[in-house]
Amino acid sequence: MNRIQYLFNTKKERVLSIYFTAGFPELEDTLPIMEAIQAGGADIIEIGVPYSDPIADGPTIQDSNMIALANGMSLKKLFEQLKGFRAKIHLPVVLMGYLNPIMQYGMEAFCKKCKEVGIDGLILPDLPMQQYQDEFKALFEEYGLFNTFLISPQTSEKRIREIDQNSNGFIYMVSAHSITGARAGISEEQIAYFERVKAMNLKNPRLIGFGISDSETFTTASNYSHGAIIGSAFIKKVKEAKDLSADIQDYIKSVIS
Amino acid sequence: MIRVDEKGFYGKFGGAYIPEMLHPNIEELRENWEAIIATPEYQTEFQMLLRDFVGRPTPLYFASRLSEKFGAKIYLKREDLCHTGAHKVNNTVGQIILAKKLGKKRIIAETGAGQHGVATATVCALMGMDCTVYMGSLDIERQKPNVERMKILGAKVVPATSGSQTLKDATNEAMRQWINNPVDTHYIIGSVVGPHPYPEMVARFQSVISEEIKWQLMEKEGRENPDAVIACVGGGSNAAGAFYHYYNTPEVRLIAAEAAGLGVNSGKSAATTVLGTPGILHGSKTILMQTEDGQVVEPHSISAGLDYPGIGPVHAHLFDIGRAEFVAVEDEDAMKAGILLSRTEGIIPAIETAHAIHALNLIEYRKDDVIVINLSGRGDKDLETYIKWGGY
Repeated sequence: MNRIQYLFNTKKERVLSIYFTAGFPELEDTLPIMEAIQAGGADIIEIGVPYSDPIADGPTIQDSNMIALANGMSLKKLFEQLKGFRAKIHLPVVLMGYLNPIMQYGMEAFCKKCKEVGIDGLILPDLPMQQYQDEFKALFEEYGLFNTFLISPQTSEKRIREIDQNSNGFIYMVSAHSITGARAGISEEQIAYFERVKAMNLKNPRLIGFGISDSETFTTASNYSHGAIIGSAFIKKVKEAKDLSADIQDYIKSVIS
Repeated sequence: MIRVDEKGFYGKFGGAYIPEMLHPNIEELRENWEAIIATPEYQTEFQMLLRDFVGRPTPLYFASRLSEKFGAKIYLKREDLCHTGAHKVNNTVGQIILAKKLGKKRIIAETGAGQHGVATATVCALMGMDCTVYMGSLDIERQKPNVERMKILGAKVVPATSGSQTLKDATNEAMRQWINNPVDTHYIIGSVVGPHPYPEMVARFQSVISEEIKWQLMEKEGRENPDAVIACVGGGSNAAGAFYHYYNTPEVRLIAAEAAGLGVNSGKSAATTVLGTPGILHGSKTILMQTEDGQVVEPHSISAGLDYPGIGPVHAHLFDIGRAEFVAVEDEDAMKAGILLSRTEGIIPAIETAHAIHALNLIEYRKDDVIVINLSGRGDKDLETYIKWGGY
């Protein structure tokens, strides 16, 4: 069974997914960060594949992408680092990245490699549902990769239903109309949107992302969904960390406590 | 048949590779733009503004001394005489009326050299709409007069400080700001790039160029079709406009002049079809300059308007199927061609446009072939670059 599926079968609430950028702050930090995320008590690890032009990301993740690229990170390098990671990491692991670097790697070679090293799912923010259905769905299924789509407050009910039909694993609810790291806190308007989607009784679990940074926002988001995703706030912690492993674990514990 | 298909592809290129957050905006545009621009109400306003505000039709001018020098019949399509100094305004006029009909209150745009930014600020002032232009902080330094022009027109100019701080990053930033303000904002993209329907929509607004060439050439030469049309290509909006009504007329050669920068092998170039490979940039599949790992490479050209690492998907298709001939023009040759046109015809061209002039030296043609060069913009904005170059 896919680890994402197994997770949501056994845990229905307060699921915490942590995003980090591969190759940031240092090229070889990938595995140490993954181990610390797991040790801290998070449920899903999202590895960001850095890209020169991340149009859905705010300054924090943009900067981490630029630094990671300057450090020499690439998909090829990442897959080398991930070889054998399953000896230490039992959490579901999702790769998040823009399409172009994956396209250059080769979509089939990429999927094959994902399966080989033990990746469970993908989040490709600039892969539209239509293209997914036309070109990639069969491939993802062949290699046992779950695909997660995003929805936003602007997404129509009809489209959310379509996305639900075409998703497996979970749906990524972007909490507001914004890029990553753009705002802090959760407004009443956002709560209304969370409630509206919750009432749709979708077949897939929902994780709320964008704007989640601490125990309070995590708990609020979790009240209306199966859990939440932290990205920019985590990158900031990583950037400030003095002891990478200890500081990451402390941060995650502070969020889920 | 060269035309965009239902999913927004020209052959292998195009599409709409965008984050889901932009899907409602793109969908709203895709579903409505053609119906809106087909209404008599829209057309009346659009045609009036093209005529009375932009100054269309622009002349098709027989360049006799240039013709004599090259041994061909050379016509210049005078887009440099458009209000604001370049063809860019054809598109911004078209999109601002569309934005108004869609009930939008704010306009955002990206700009490189500032020509599209000025053209956008101009139509926003005309319509009384709020305008924000994103511009790479490096370009803000390089193009001060255009920054001031935008400000005089009432636009807010916001520096894009990420990445290489040029046009590519300004485009990223405009897209991010559209994600942040999806409800009341329209994004006026300035070239035939971006997610479907932008490339086709912008090309359609610019297609007035080839529409006019056809009847003007009929008047002057008794034929609608020249032997060749030459235009410069950065993203490719003036080329798309000049080629549009000739896409499916194979006897008309389409010649696209790219910027070779310091030379295609110098590492400082923007010759996309020579150096690029298929990939995805700013929402469409096209040909772009990138590393083996799929990271977008920073281009170089002396002309900021051609300083872009990709080309519009329609041009990628024209290149792919061999319908258009692409030539690469180096900085130095473009500058010399700019001086040549200044001295043979009394027209100082934009440096972008000077690339198209030099293409005459790179293609073969028969004596007395009728060649139309799209004179996409005037050189006022480039005086500083001409002065710095100094070779005149």
